[in-house]
Amino acid sequence: MSTAPLQLQNLRKSYGALVVTDDVSLDIHAGELHAIIGPNGAGKTTLIHQISGLAKSDSGRIVFDGQDVTRLTMSERAKLGLVRSFQITSILPRFSALENVALAVQARSGSSFKFLGNAAAERELNDVAMALLARFGLAARASVPAGQMSHGEKRQLEIAIALAAKPKLLLLDEPLAGTSHDESQRLINTLQELRRELPIVLIEHDMDAVFALADRVSVLVYGRIIASGTPQSIRDNADVRAAYLGEEAL
Amino acid sequence: MNDLIDLDAAPALAAPVQARRVVILPLLLFAIFALVPLAGLWGSQGFVLSIVTRIMVLALAAMSLDLLIGYGAMISFGHAAFVGLGAYSVAILSSHGITDGFVQLGVALAVSFVFALVTGAISLRTKGVYFIMITLAFGQMLYFLGTSLAAYGGDDGLTLASRSTLFGSKILKNDIVLYYVVFGILLGAYLLLRGIVASRFGRVLRGIRENPVRMEAIGFAPYRYQLTAYVIAGMIAAVAGCLLANQTEFVSPAYASWQRSGDLIFAIVLGGLGSLHGAIIGAAVFSLLADILSHYTEHWAMLFGPILILVVLFARGGIGGLLGAKS
Amino acid sequence: MTLTLALVQILNGLQFGLILFLIAAGLTLVFGVMDFINLAHGVQYMVGAYFVAAFTAMTGSFLYGLALALPAALAFGLLLEVLIFRHLYDRSHLDQVLATFGVIIFLNQAVKFVWGAAPLNVPIPDALSGTIEIADGMLYPVYRLVIIAVGLGVGLALYLVVNKTKLGMLVRAGASNAAMVSALGVNIRLLFTIVFGVGAMLAGFAGAMVAPILSVEPGMGDNVLILAFVVIVIGGIGSIRGAFIAALLIGLVDTLGRFFAPTLLKLLLDPSTASQTGRAIAPMLIYILMAAVLFFRPSGLFPSKQ
Repeated sequence: MSTAPLQLQNLRKSYGALVVTDDVSLDIHAGELHAIIGPNGAGKTTLIHQISGLAKSDSGRIVFDGQDVTRLTMSERAKLGLVRSFQITSILPRFSALENVALAVQARSGSSFKFLGNAAAERELNDVAMALLARFGLAARASVPAGQMSHGEKRQLEIAIALAAKPKLLLLDEPLAGTSHDESQRLINTLQELRRELPIVLIEHDMDAVFALADRVSVLVYGRIIASGTPQSIRDNADVRAAYLGEEAL
Repeated sequence: MNDLIDLDAAPALAAPVQARRVVILPLLLFAIFALVPLAGLWGSQGFVLSIVTRIMVLALAAMSLDLLIGYGAMISFGHAAFVGLGAYSVAILSSHGITDGFVQLGVALAVSFVFALVTGAISLRTKGVYFIMITLAFGQMLYFLGTSLAAYGGDDGLTLASRSTLFGSKILKNDIVLYYVVFGILLGAYLLLRGIVASRFGRVLRGIRENPVRMEAIGFAPYRYQLTAYVIAGMIAAVAGCLLANQTEFVSPAYASWQRSGDLIFAIVLGGLGSLHGAIIGAAVFSLLADILSHYTEHWAMLFGPILILVVLFARGGIGGLLGAKS
Repeated sequence: MTLTLALVQILNGLQFGLILFLIAAGLTLVFGVMDFINLAHGVQYMVGAYFVAAFTAMTGSFLYGLALALPAALAFGLLLEVLIFRHLYDRSHLDQVLATFGVIIFLNQAVKFVWGAAPLNVPIPDALSGTIEIADGMLYPVYRLVIIAVGLGVGLALYLVVNKTKLGMLVRAGASNAAMVSALGVNIRLLFTIVFGVGAMLAGFAGAMVAPILSVEPGMGDNVLILAFVVIVIGGIGSIRGAFIAALLIGLVDTLGRFFAPTLLKLLLDPSTASQTGRAIAPMLIYILMAAVLFFRPSGLFPSKQ
């Protein structure tokens, strides 16, 4: 009996005749940062959709924290601590950065069926949110409408929001996508801290980041995991090199 | 992209400039409303009183719809059905001798609660155009139910024997008293909705409007929040229906028709979506426009239609937008 | 005796359903391919009826009237498309709803302005004005049978075009993913215009066909529009097959429901309450049907987009 925080068991998903997730089984261990890499179109984002609940799996099981969550909705899984970020920035553009994070804090701070009182002025929510923003270097931008932030700032905000939702495990979908070198360096540093606090599943194309951060790496090609192990063993794996030929240098 | 309201047309509430406008404009509006009966000092009071009472009733219904469309991105095209429910609650009870306003109100609230809960529960399982059409169809369903109630006038409608009584007294017979009762309810509803929009619940609703997937990802299930908003809006519109029945002393299934639902949407967009006081402004402009145009020609709808089209095509954000309420 | 009565009602339901199909077909395609909510589709139907009324009066022959009304309805639809609708394709659904609502308001008044508020009369052409005996003692109007036949014919033609021709394939692809079709180099503007024009003409044709048996009056398109919406919601947006099945379903449920509801209720309630309740419930039946379908399938029976 595995006590891994997240267990994927024989996950399958097809869109019509196209098999996108092909019998994926994987255990994410406590305290590890597990990277999932693979060529474009390998089905990485779909896999995250399935784990987080945005997409329904055709078959298979997802066990989180000992509980079968396969039939649960995304919001139910988030409430259990299975929280994700998005590859394509998904924030609330006309809410300030502070309110974006505060809303996530609110989601985990009691009932939101309160019809009176000014939510934006709730000290407890704002304090926690500010602290998170500060951690990501966004404290000065707290009152800026999130849609007006720079791309790199938005990527930071994505993770801040995910963290605010009191996760027990983070699913990060290409957090470094489109960031400049400095921005991605800062994000990598943040992730270095985070990996000590909770298990993380990380999808990334940026190989420097993957090798700097990952405890283990799994390689997804055409919906199948073709290799899984330490970063070094993956680097040396012939099948993996073949799959990546013409894509990226390992 | 098409599934969301065009976000530019609905202002956000964060900036300080917004906050000032949110206070001054409505203050002005309610001050004007409070003082209108004094126009009686200059004569033709009855006429003005009647029009402005109507405007306030329309504003109440429109404001409730603004909660749905402006703040919740739920384009309901059957909202007039609730106005009809409220109006008929008053009329039917009245025709059976029950004229107490509080009883009628209670029934209206109960009936609209049930109708909103049931139709909302079904409608909110759909999205986008499906939602628009299913709410339209539910509204029409109620309209047809109204036309088939032969005992209550059917298609021709029903005239009320008298307005509602309050604590046994026929005080509402006085147009000025009715005016201030409507005024009080409109003000109360405005403050209530302002509070709701700023509350935790309101913030979640606005978040769902902005990015429903994001909200789900942090742990909010959109359905229950949207359904709650739908029920609240429906009940407020039913109150408007009760007031309408009192003001016109007549009810007709047409109160629930989809054309009236369309009028409500037009009023909100005209005044500025997602601002609450925009609904009030829009209701006023809509009513006055209809009134003025109809004095010129019986074919005033031929002017009204193109105006609506032009507003949609060119005046994004409506009048509220023109007054700088856009962010 | 009741069986023949039922047969008549079934035929009526079929005829009603087929007319609904003609209207819904255009509506569902425009929704599916262009993601455009066109509330003004109902006035297209009304305008078809008014055109046939006007041209028949002018030429003295229904056939000539119909022949002139069709291109007129097409031209009218394209005029609306160029002037107003094509500026709305990129707008939100709310904007589309409001603008097309404005078109309805304008046109309902415009026909009143031009032709007056009183219903116009369109005589059934002599050759088709008789009745036919469909079962012992039951006579059924020839003209309604013609409508059924024509409706089925058009349905078949649409099916063939949509499923067996290249144009139809483009339309189906567009209903599934318009952006992709455009990216593949297809002239999406032209496709939109064709889809819109055909839809408008079908609606106008439906209006023209029913003109002799219904009242041609301002606002005649409004109720039909709602029903067409219910049809495409049940059938699934973008699906001709869905529209066909749903339209027939609704036509039959509505007609038979109105007819049989009081009778059926008499089994449970006393006659006068039964007939009262029956008459109240009957118009609501199709909405209850719609609610039931959407409860189990929020995207309709045959959605073109998953």
